[in-house]
Amino acid sequence: MVSRVLTANHLASGDVVYLAADGWTPLLRDALIASDAAAEACLLGRAARDEEADIVVDPYLVEVEHSAGRIEAVHYRERFRARGPSVRPDLGKQALAGALA
Amino acid sequence: MSATVLEAPVGASVTPATYCYDAFDKQFVAERTAQFRDQVERRLAGLLTEEQFKPLRLMNGVYLQLHAYMLRVAIPYGTLSAVQLRRLADIAERFDKGYGHFTTRQNLQFNWPRLVEIPDILEQLAEVEMHAIQTSGNCIRNVTTDQWAGVAADEIMDPRPWCELLRQWSSLHPEFSFLPRKFKIAVTGSPVDRAAVATHDIGLRMKRDGEGRPGFEVLAGGGLGRTPILARTVRAFLPADELLAYVGAILRVYNRFGRRDNKFKARIKILVHEQGIEAFRAAVEAEYAAGEHAAEAALTRAELARIQAHFQPIGYEDDLPERDPGFDRAVFEDEVFAGWVRGNLVRHKVPGYAIVNISLKPVGGIPGDATAAQMRTVADLAERHGLGEIRVTHEQNLVLPHVRLRDVHAVWEALGEAGLATPNLGLISDIIACPGMDYCALATARSIPVAQAVARRFADLDRQRQIGDLKIKISGCINACGHHHVGHIGILGLEKKGVESYQITLGGDAGADAAIGKILGPGFAYDEITDAVETIVDTYLQGRNGPGETFLAFHARVGAAPFKEALYAAR
Repeated sequence: MVSRVLTANHLASGDVVYLAADGWTPLLRDALIASDAAAEACLLGRAARDEEADIVVDPYLVEVEHSAGRIEAVHYRERFRARGPSVRPDLGKQALAGALA
Repeated sequence: MSATVLEAPVGASVTPATYCYDAFDKQFVAERTAQFRDQVERRLAGLLTEEQFKPLRLMNGVYLQLHAYMLRVAIPYGTLSAVQLRRLADIAERFDKGYGHFTTRQNLQFNWPRLVEIPDILEQLAEVEMHAIQTSGNCIRNVTTDQWAGVAADEIMDPRPWCELLRQWSSLHPEFSFLPRKFKIAVTGSPVDRAAVATHDIGLRMKRDGEGRPGFEVLAGGGLGRTPILARTVRAFLPADELLAYVGAILRVYNRFGRRDNKFKARIKILVHEQGIEAFRAAVEAEYAAGEHAAEAALTRAELARIQAHFQPIGYEDDLPERDPGFDRAVFEDEVFAGWVRGNLVRHKVPGYAIVNISLKPVGGIPGDATAAQMRTVADLAERHGLGEIRVTHEQNLVLPHVRLRDVHAVWEALGEAGLATPNLGLISDIIACPGMDYCALATARSIPVAQAVARRFADLDRQRQIGDLKIKISGCINACGHHHVGHIGILGLEKKGVESYQITLGGDAGADAAIGKILGPGFAYDEITDAVETIVDTYLQGRNGPGETFLAFHARVGAAPFKEALYAAR
């Protein structure tokens, strides 16, 4: 069973966000990880509620690999999305101190 | 009204520059800005769903991209005033991340605006007569043209008043705001096509008939994307004052018969292709014949005259000599300056002036990106030395279209200090690249780092000049925003088995002899593509009949075989 996290864009800012235990976070490392169908359903339920509440837009599940406290998206598109433009390391999440730790 | 009114003013002191809004234009843009502010507020308050809001934001140039919202600002036919460019710099610093990206439709994109602040940005734009209307959505998009319009020595007529006429006519046109798909129009006033008109839904080539009367060759059904097709001629010569009526007839045929059941088959190119050009032409002519055009032609003439009056006249210095001794001396004494002059300077139609082309392709840089500081430098130079005007090219560069020869050296020095004096115009490192997967939500692979790697590999200017005229164009997905189909070497980024893969096409051309490139063979991995490009270039250099045989001419002579042999034999 692959693991998944819930991602979306914040409505007002457009920022890429992930669902964490205490709400939406900009950092993939803090995301809640669903490792079974029931957990995924729970995440999607939260996504539907927060989309309805106009907090986020376009939520979906992203496949991740995780070990030793590190989370990495499986697909390269999602890795760029989690970090920022590969050609501008000074921009996006990767520019936040400790964001990729 | 006589036909002479159709001529854009030509002459040493009356060439039109930027269009100035009248009271109607100002009110129109102000109202639209206020409407969008209200729409954003309603969206944030939950009174509009995303489904309801999305088409509204798209019609105002707002996308949701890979990392953030993106705002696409319209730069009508690529013409900017210094005041407008300086405002774009201010917006980049105040609302974005300090830079902007000039696009292949002569527009500018901000990659990081917050939705809550976009109404403020639009207000800032409106203050300097700019907006983002119809830079997205299934409507008529920004009309593009030759970046040297009005100043090129080889021009038949200045196309910009016609572009403005089309822009005003198509803005919020009730009949053409919900077309089957987006619709792009390009106009060239020169027989040397620098506007890639054959790749557009409608392409217009300005011409004169046997009696010297102005008009257009009208092409339709061109487009790139997943099904690249070159536009076909619908009318070999259309009298100029029939333009709006005829373009309207084409759009009505498209609006009625264009497919709406399949997004990928909805562009007019599919309609023209499926109907055949004869049937399509017959349908357009029948539609056109059914109209009452005498009144429309009179209206077109009147509107054009009104619009021409809103182009500020340019105050060229009269009676400047063709040559400037100081300029000639600087070219003689400074080899680096001379190299930049050879590559980036173009002859102006007015004696004593030059067209200065500013490359936004520094080696290792991001094609089309300019920092706020660089925008201000260009704006300052335009005001000080360039009669206040700037152009954006579809190849993602900038132009100062009116620089006195005696000022060119000073302009070059200032550009150099700002990192804007790369002398590579038209060379292998002057690459078009779409934002690709570094920014775009639709992309399947990255484009920008491929362009950077190729430019670095060919950084040696002597080597670039030895290679000569070679256009590389890179797209990060099949939508082809990087125009890869018409690159001499085209590169298309795709996903293959979960990794980026790059397909190469050869022999494409966006110019007057437009051609779609042909796929060479299996794709290359991200870390292989630069080597592949170098192999292609080396094959050309080793096989050409001297420097006079361009890459395209060589490819036309020998075909794909030697390139395939060099690339795939050892695989």
